[in-house]
Amino acid sequence: MTEQAVLSADERRGLAGFAGVMIPASAEYAVPGADDPAIVADMVSTLGRDAPWVRAALQRLDALAEGCFADLPEARREDVAHRLREEGGAALATLCRVVLQCYYRDDRVLLSLGIEPRPPFPKGHVLEQGDWSLLDPVRQRASMWRRVE
Amino acid sequence: MADTVDVLIIGAGASGAAVAWSLAETKMRIVCLEQGGWTRPEEFPSTGRDWEARQNGDFATSPNVRARPADYPINDDNSPIKVVNFNGVGGSTVLYTGHFPRLHPSDFKVRTLDGVADDWPVDYETLAPFFAENDRMMGVSGLAGDPAYPPKQPQMKPLPLGRTGARWGQAMNSLGWHWWPSDTTLATEAYEGRAACINLGHCTPGCAQGAKGSVDITYWPAALRAGVDLRTGCRVREIVTNDAGMATGVIYYDAEGVERFQAAEVVVLACNGVGTPRLLLNSASARFPEGLANSSGLVGRNLMFHPYIQVFGYSDEAVDGNRGSPLCLWSKEFYETDPARDFVRGYMFQFNRGTGPVSEAVISTENGRLPFGKEHHTVFRRSLHRKMSLSVVVEDLPEAHNRVTLDPVLKDGHGIPAPKVDYTVGENSRRMIEHGVARAKRILAAAGCGDIGVQNPILYGGWHLLGTARMGTDPERSVVSEWGRCHDVKNLFIVDGSIFVTAGAVNPTSTIQALALYIADQMKQRLATLFD
Repeated sequence: MTEQAVLSADERRGLAGFAGVMIPASAEYAVPGADDPAIVADMVSTLGRDAPWVRAALQRLDALAEGCFADLPEARREDVAHRLREEGGAALATLCRVVLQCYYRDDRVLLSLGIEPRPPFPKGHVLEQGDWSLLDPVRQRASMWRRVE
Repeated sequence: MADTVDVLIIGAGASGAAVAWSLAETKMRIVCLEQGGWTRPEEFPSTGRDWEARQNGDFATSPNVRARPADYPINDDNSPIKVVNFNGVGGSTVLYTGHFPRLHPSDFKVRTLDGVADDWPVDYETLAPFFAENDRMMGVSGLAGDPAYPPKQPQMKPLPLGRTGARWGQAMNSLGWHWWPSDTTLATEAYEGRAACINLGHCTPGCAQGAKGSVDITYWPAALRAGVDLRTGCRVREIVTNDAGMATGVIYYDAEGVERFQAAEVVVLACNGVGTPRLLLNSASARFPEGLANSSGLVGRNLMFHPYIQVFGYSDEAVDGNRGSPLCLWSKEFYETDPARDFVRGYMFQFNRGTGPVSEAVISTENGRLPFGKEHHTVFRRSLHRKMSLSVVVEDLPEAHNRVTLDPVLKDGHGIPAPKVDYTVGENSRRMIEHGVARAKRILAAAGCGDIGVQNPILYGGWHLLGTARMGTDPERSVVSEWGRCHDVKNLFIVDGSIFVTAGAVNPTSTIQALALYIADQMKQRLATLFD
């Protein structure tokens, strides 16, 4: 599925506009916003089965904006996005998930969080054993399963 | 294909695999029909950068979301808990956490002990050798000495406590409440060809390391070596019976969609608590107008899920997050009936570690915790890898109105009527939930967590599908006998979670498989008189 086939140019601008309201860039944490072109491109190219829901949410944004959501000034976009969040629903949930799952796999974002940008396999993770003496009080308990006879 | 086989098993999941392996030693000709296919380790999400996203896509636990060709749709609109499963070789063990507790001895005697529901026609002692045999086949990690259970011996050392587990342990000790390392099928050392767990932290959507004991890598390789014929991509439409009321075989669609008939001397159903009643109801005939094996009217009734309630909070420092198995500990402090409470039976606490960044962001956005705008970053950084959660796993009592029927409209890809689930959480369960949530909050507070929230119930929490073809000695009050044979059809057996009489309050796979091995053993012992 090509990007062009999934969302129109206006829908793509609406998606970027909403993503930017959700997660703006931060100089403090040195991370891009979710409207970063590479992150939006990831969203569009991996929409897959979520496309109908995302399109429905973007249409709702336009309806709430009484025009093109993407053309609104920033403050108005924030207002409309928050109104959609208050409405809730499956389309909004899908739109938010699409934004978040692409934002939080971006290398720049993960590195800023101290996370190595890689899949879990094959390297895995190191997990400390922990203090097994914590179990001592439980070991000393009497048997607690209920007898049936 | 139409040659008569000795045993035809429908479903290659937890119970079907165990039965196939056990019966294989008889050298009978055994065929298993499975509607899905094999899943290769490299297909699992943890091998790619989109590992978290795919749990909402092709590795979703809900068949309605996943919607692969092997899946059939389920109308669960009239249920606050949605069905989750996996259709393929290995069944739902491919997409389970590997949490592997057994039912308790008291779970088999609830009528005698507590005056509710019914006793099982088998007991813990009878199943004990089959629990042990199943543990050896599945490979169980854990720690002997749990005071909540009769003695048992896991094959491998327990999963690490980690930071999260240590916090849970300290909290439970401060309250004086029981906790113990979970029995799991996650291999903590190399075991029977399986590699040791390396803490991918993403166990549920399939283990790319092969450390998780799903039956596609435990029972099936052994069963295939022993000569069992496993046919994938084969969806059974109905079980066919003759004038004498005996099963003669099944009609199914093969991987190319061609309708076929497979004759069999014995048919074994292993499709679990939704798939099994669906197939029995779809096998109605002039002789069995209400569905096959349904003279009791109980096929599809008494569905039990185990309502799961997640209670979560945020620690003041980073804990394990997704850097280890999601589950690590259990507590049976409130498992057994206490007459001082306003409910009978009990619940288990299942302690979790945490989630990855995407899951943390999605869940916290959905519950309103994570804001839009510049504050997003600050709140997210205060949350990531600090979440601690535990589940209250509630024993559902059997109630006839909780049931699986056939949807009058919805059909699968082969045009076979799909199941419809009608379910409500019972009053006893509600009281149990209230009790459990209050104590879970105390545990979180003792663990130093704040910002506590509750998800009641977990929407996609219908992992355990039990009770819809229950076992018993009375044909008017049960579907199968005390050794799994249908009262109405003497060469039809059911070996999955649908035969549970009551649910207990633990993950059921260990008990499902022990029951399946027990039934297979009974069949082997009774071969000369199997149809009497």
